[in-house]
Formats: sequence, C-alpha cells, structure tokens
Amino acid sequence: QNDGYRTLSLSGHVGFGSLPDQLVKKSIKQGFCFNILCVGETGSGKSALINSLFNTNFDDSVSTHFLPSVRLRAQTYELQEKNVLLKLTVVNTVGFGDQINREDSYQPIVDYIDAQFEAYLQEELKINRSLFSYHDTRIHVCIYFISPTGHSLKPLDLLTMKSLDSKVNIIPIIGKADGISKTELQNFKNKIMSELVSNGVQIYQFPTDDENVSEINTIMNGHLPFAVVGSTKEVKIGNKTVRARQYPWGIVQVENENHCDFIKLREMLICTNMEDLREQTHARHYELYRRCRLEEMGFRDIAPENKPVSLQEAYEAKRHELYLELQRKEEEMRQQFVRRVKEKEAILKEAEQQVQTKFEHHMLMHQEVKLQLEKKKKVLQDEIALFIEKKANAELLQSQASVSTPLVSLKRDKDRK
Amino acid sequence: PHAGPVEGKNEAAMSELVPEPRQKPAVPMKPMGINTNLLGYIGIDTIIEQMRKKTMKTGFDFNIMVVGQSGLGKSTLVNTLFKSQVSRKSSGWNREEKIPKTVEIKAIGHVIEEGGVKMKLTVIDTPGFGDQINNENCWEPIEKYINEQYEKFLKEEVNIARKKRIPDTRVHCCLYFISPTGHSLRPLDLEFMKHLSKVVNIIPVIAKADTMTLEEKIEFKQRVRKELEVNGIEFYPQKEFDEDLEDKTENDKIRQESMPFAVVGSDKEYQVNGKRVLGRKTPWGIIEVENLTHCEFALLRDFVIRTHLQDLKEVTHNIHYETYRAKRLNDNGGLPPMTVETEENHESNL
Repeated sequence: QNDGYRTLSLSGHVGFGSLPDQLVKKSIKQGFCFNILCVGETGSGKSALINSLFNTNFDDSVSTHFLPSVRLRAQTYELQEKNVLLKLTVVNTVGFGDQINREDSYQPIVDYIDAQFEAYLQEELKINRSLFSYHDTRIHVCIYFISPTGHSLKPLDLLTMKSLDSKVNIIPIIGKADGISKTELQNFKNKIMSELVSNGVQIYQFPTDDENVSEINTIMNGHLPFAVVGSTKEVKIGNKTVRARQYPWGIVQVENENHCDFIKLREMLICTNMEDLREQTHARHYELYRRCRLEEMGFRDIAPENKPVSLQEAYEAKRHELYLELQRKEEEMRQQFVRRVKEKEAILKEAEQQVQTKFEHHMLMHQEVKLQLEKKKKVLQDEIALFIEKKANAELLQSQASVSTPLVSLKRDKDRK
Repeated sequence: PHAGPVEGKNEAAMSELVPEPRQKPAVPMKPMGINTNLLGYIGIDTIIEQMRKKTMKTGFDFNIMVVGQSGLGKSTLVNTLFKSQVSRKSSGWNREEKIPKTVEIKAIGHVIEEGGVKMKLTVIDTPGFGDQINNENCWEPIEKYINEQYEKFLKEEVNIARKKRIPDTRVHCCLYFISPTGHSLRPLDLEFMKHLSKVVNIIPVIAKADTMTLEEKIEFKQRVRKELEVNGIEFYPQKEFDEDLEDKTENDKIRQESMPFAVVGSDKEYQVNGKRVLGRKTPWGIIEVENLTHCEFALLRDFVIRTHLQDLKEVTHNIHYETYRAKRLNDNGGLPPMTVETEENHESNL
C-alpha cells in the first residue's frame, strides 16, 4: 500500500494529525448533498417514509392513479442539524405502475438518472469548470418500494430493478409493512432476496471492509429488504408523542424496532453509510456511465494495434479534425464565392460585349446615313448651282435686251451735244 | 474561489466534441431553499464522522518543494518541520558533491504517520538553483517540473477507465528561501516568484534568521512585503482565494504581519530549562527553534501543517491545476510535447 515508499518515524509531534479536521471543516463550509430517489407505485408510502426519515412534513401533494405516463418529481430541501448543512433532494416517481401497459415504466427513471450523470459529465468535460461548487444532482440511493403482497416480487419490480442496478445504489424495502404478520414477513423477505439473487439483481450491500462498521453492516445486510411503516401522523402513547398508525387493534409505532425496520433503515441510510453511498455513486456508477458514454462518442484508451491512446490525444485529434473541417468549409465557401464572382463577371462582360456591338452597329448606321445625306446634299447643291446659273443667264439676257435701246439714245444725245 | 473565466470560441468547439446532452425528463430540478425545521434528531451530522473515517482510511498525499540557493538550510528546515529525515542534506563542506551545472529536481517520498493519519510526504529539492554564475532562466526547470505533474494528473483524469484514486504528485506548496541579507530581495528572488506564483503556491521564508536582530527582522520583513506587493507577486495565501470573512481576517493577519516567516532550522536537541528542545548552540546562547521569541518556525509549522495543509492542496487542485488544464485544452499543444510518452509507446509496440 505504501507503493515502495519508506516509512519514517517521527521524533516529535508534527501536527498533521489535524488534517482530517481541516478537511471536515472545509466540507462543513461547503455543505453536503444527498439525493434520494424513491421508486414505488402510487400509494406505496413514499412520501410518508421520507417524512418519517427526516422527521419533517415535507410539502407534498397527493397524486392520482390516472397519469398517462411515469414522471419524476424532484424537490430540494435544506436541512440543518447542529452545524451540518444538508442539501437534500428527494425524487419521487409519479404514476409508476399505474398504466395498463407498463413496459416502458422504468425508462423515465433510467433517463432521469442518466441525465444527472450527463450533467455532471458535461461539467467535468468543460474547459472552464467549477466542480467544487457544482450542485451534485446525481442520485446517491434508490429506495425501491416493494408492495406488501406477502408472496413474491412482481415482474415489474424485477424489470425495473434490473434496469437500475448498474446505475444506482438500490435499497429495496417493503412499504406499508403493517399488513404483514411476523412469520409471513420472514418468508416474504427470504423469497424476495432469493428472487433478486436468482435474477442477478445487484442491490446495494452495506460495506463490510471497514472494521468500525463491518459488524453492524453485516447484520443489517441480513435484514434486507427492510419492512417499513411510515406515518405522517403522530399519536400520544403514555406521555410521549410518536409517529404511529392507529388501528382498532393497536398502534403501530414507526420508531419501534419490534414493529418495523424503520430505525434500521434510517441508521443504515443516514448514520452509517451516507458517505459510502455518495462515494459508490461517484466512484462506481458515475465512472461506469462516463466510460460508456465516452466510448459511445468514439474515444478509446487503447487504439488498434494496442498503442495506448490518451483521451487527450483523441480530443486533440478530434479538434484537429474539426479544424480541418472548418478550413475545408472555409475553402469551399471561398471557392464558391470566387466562382460566383466569375460568373457575374462573365455575365457583365457579355452584356458589355452586346452593348459594344450595338454601339458599333449604330455607328455604322450613322455613317451610312450620313453618307447618304451627304450625297443628297451634293445633289441638291448641284441643282442649286445649276439653278443659280440659269437664273443668272436669264437675268443677263433680260438686262441685255433692255440696255440696247437706252444705250443708243444716250449715244445720240452725246452726238448732238 | 473561482478561476477567472476565459472566454473563447474554443468552449463552443469543445461542446461540439460532446454531443447534445440527452433530453432531460419532463420535470426539471428546482432547488427550493426551504429551511425545514427538524422535529427530532436524525443523525445527519454523523456524516462528519463518516467522512473523517473515510479520509483516514485512504490517507493523504502532500508534496512540498524547497527552492533557494545552497546553504540556506532548506533540508534542515524541512526535516525540522516534519521531525524526521525526509530530506537528505547536501553535504555542505564536502566538495565531493559538486554544485550541479543546471538546476536539478530531486523528489524523495516517505510515509509518515501521526494520530492514525497516514501521510505520503514528498519533498522536492532543487539543487543548483541560484548557484551558477549566470542564473538566467534557472526557474525554468522548476516550472517545467511543476507543469509536468499537472500534465501527469490531467492525463490520468482524462482516461476513459480511470484509477479510483489518481496519484497526486502535484506540488502543493513551494517554500522559497530568501537570503537574510537584511537589505531587500534580489532580482533572482523577484524573477522566480513572479513566474512561479502563477502556477504554484509560494510561501516565502527568510532563512537562517538567527543573523538578524528583532528590529532588523521587522524592517526586513516590511521591506520584503512591500517589494512583493510592488512587483505584483501574490504569495500564498492569495487574497483572491479567501473564501469568506473568517478566512479573510485570518489570512490578512498572516499576510500583513507574519509573512515572510523568519525561520531557523535544526535537528539537534539541547537541554534548556530542564526541557529538551530543538536548537542551535552558539557561544552567546542557544537559539530555540520552537520558541516564538527566538524565531518564527513554530508559526510556519502551524501555518503549513496544522491549519492550512488541506487548503494548500485544495488551492492547488481547484485553482492552479484547473488553470493549467484550461490552458492545455485551449492551446492544443502550447506546451512542449511529452517525449517520455512516445518512448513508452515504442516500448509497448515492441
């Protein structure tokens, strides 16, 4: 156990014997979490038992038998005893066993338990996480209520417990046990235990490896399943007021060990093994869930060819993968963009070409028309010139005719003179 | 104490690796803070005893590192702290053992037991620190060692099939030995503490304090505290990790008055007033190590071992380790690769 380290003896008082106290002091400051799941048919006495266990009347509404499916209802309470603060969460199954077809009754329960593991795992996998201030909602114990038929386990019980035993610590109890006589009870208990064993259901065993508690735990293991009676009412007996159920033929006292195993349950659950229940949940059930989940996601500790692969390398490989994917997408988008731009460019170019062609065409037309017009103009100008010439000729002729006489008379005049 | 949040798209990338959590069942958890009154004793407080028993069974790990120039009495002090030969003294006058060319990291582990509590104590010595002519970057091997331990832990934590108890080799506490010059801190001291206070809990101590008078001691301590503050060096207990008012008042007193502890170490016992005490014998008197009027060894011991041992571990785990982890998972290889790993791989292939 020392891993090859030499043991040294101390020559004086050092003081680290106070280490457990330092740890405890810190734990008290942080407070404790305890989460109980009660699975049982409607009316099996779940609420009454919890009230009795914690000696309080938790506010709980009565449920009907007519719910369409199984639901889970969780409530958290803060309890304080001396300087210990406990955050107690009680999860009840609502409508369990009421449906006609109960094939899927256990599924919501399994889902709920898994969901709490998942939440913890998510937190644990975060890069920036705060595990020490995380409100732990994982179920530490499942109290399974067996109906006090006196015969054996029901098929639903076996099915449900089998689907839960690898996920949570199960403590089976017989609820409303005040209807069973002592002899019937022992037979019933034996029958239940043998059925559990033969069906391979792993219920929670009170730990026997610590010599402080092994004796009491071994005895208690032999009393399973606990036959309990819970009560929300109190009855006066003598000068004391105790939790009890009053019948015409007598009073069943909850905390009387001759009447039922309630005290045993409370002692085992709270006073002796609460810490172990929490540890088993974390070290065994949660680890199993985590392992399965990570393997589901494709992570391995050992790659093919037996080369050890760390989860971290797998992380980094996945991150690299994602990064490459990202790059690829980016490249794709870029190429698409380039393509689109090219297309647009081509379209525009074509349009430009068309415009150009039209322009040239128009230019040509323009030239042609201009030429024609010039021709016409020339023709017209020629005609004008011709016309002017003619006009000039005509005028000349006219003037010659009128000038010949006056010219003669002028000459005669000149001669006379 | 909370580690500072580091924003980043990397967190989104990280959650892509982890698929959407399965759909929660219809009824979500509603924490109602009903302070319910108990009508009788139930036994909830027994969980303290259950927890105490459990921790005593599993035992504790504690890893303490000592850093300082040779000859400052590091080994003697650690041996005095733990009242046994947990650290092998380097032979001072024996020149057979040369001063190492670079800083070496030597970790020695022992198991000690007291009051039913088993502790696996590892003392990490750093011979060669500050002893070279050129001491540039001599803190690097130390920082590397500290980060290697975080890396080791991270690798274990990140395995699919994990050990029930991950072996903890992370350095919980680093005692930094200041030379009792009486003047001020040396540049090397400041450089070391500046770099390392971000990755490990540093407790500065003034070594061989028997060379200072009471007044000199008080002045020197004040000056050192001032210099540390001016340089932004947060030594343990760090202000930002005080959990509540009670912690703050307690730690304030230690930070502002007692630290750095001026200590004297010794493994020899002398008879003083009919009692056998640990001390150093000088011509002018016997210095009693555990006498508070002579030196502050007892304060250091109580601080490190009797009151803050668990807290040292928790700050290491919840703050320094988490900072390393976050950085590591964000950076994707910002740190030097672990060449040891590949060697192991080759061996396993063979």
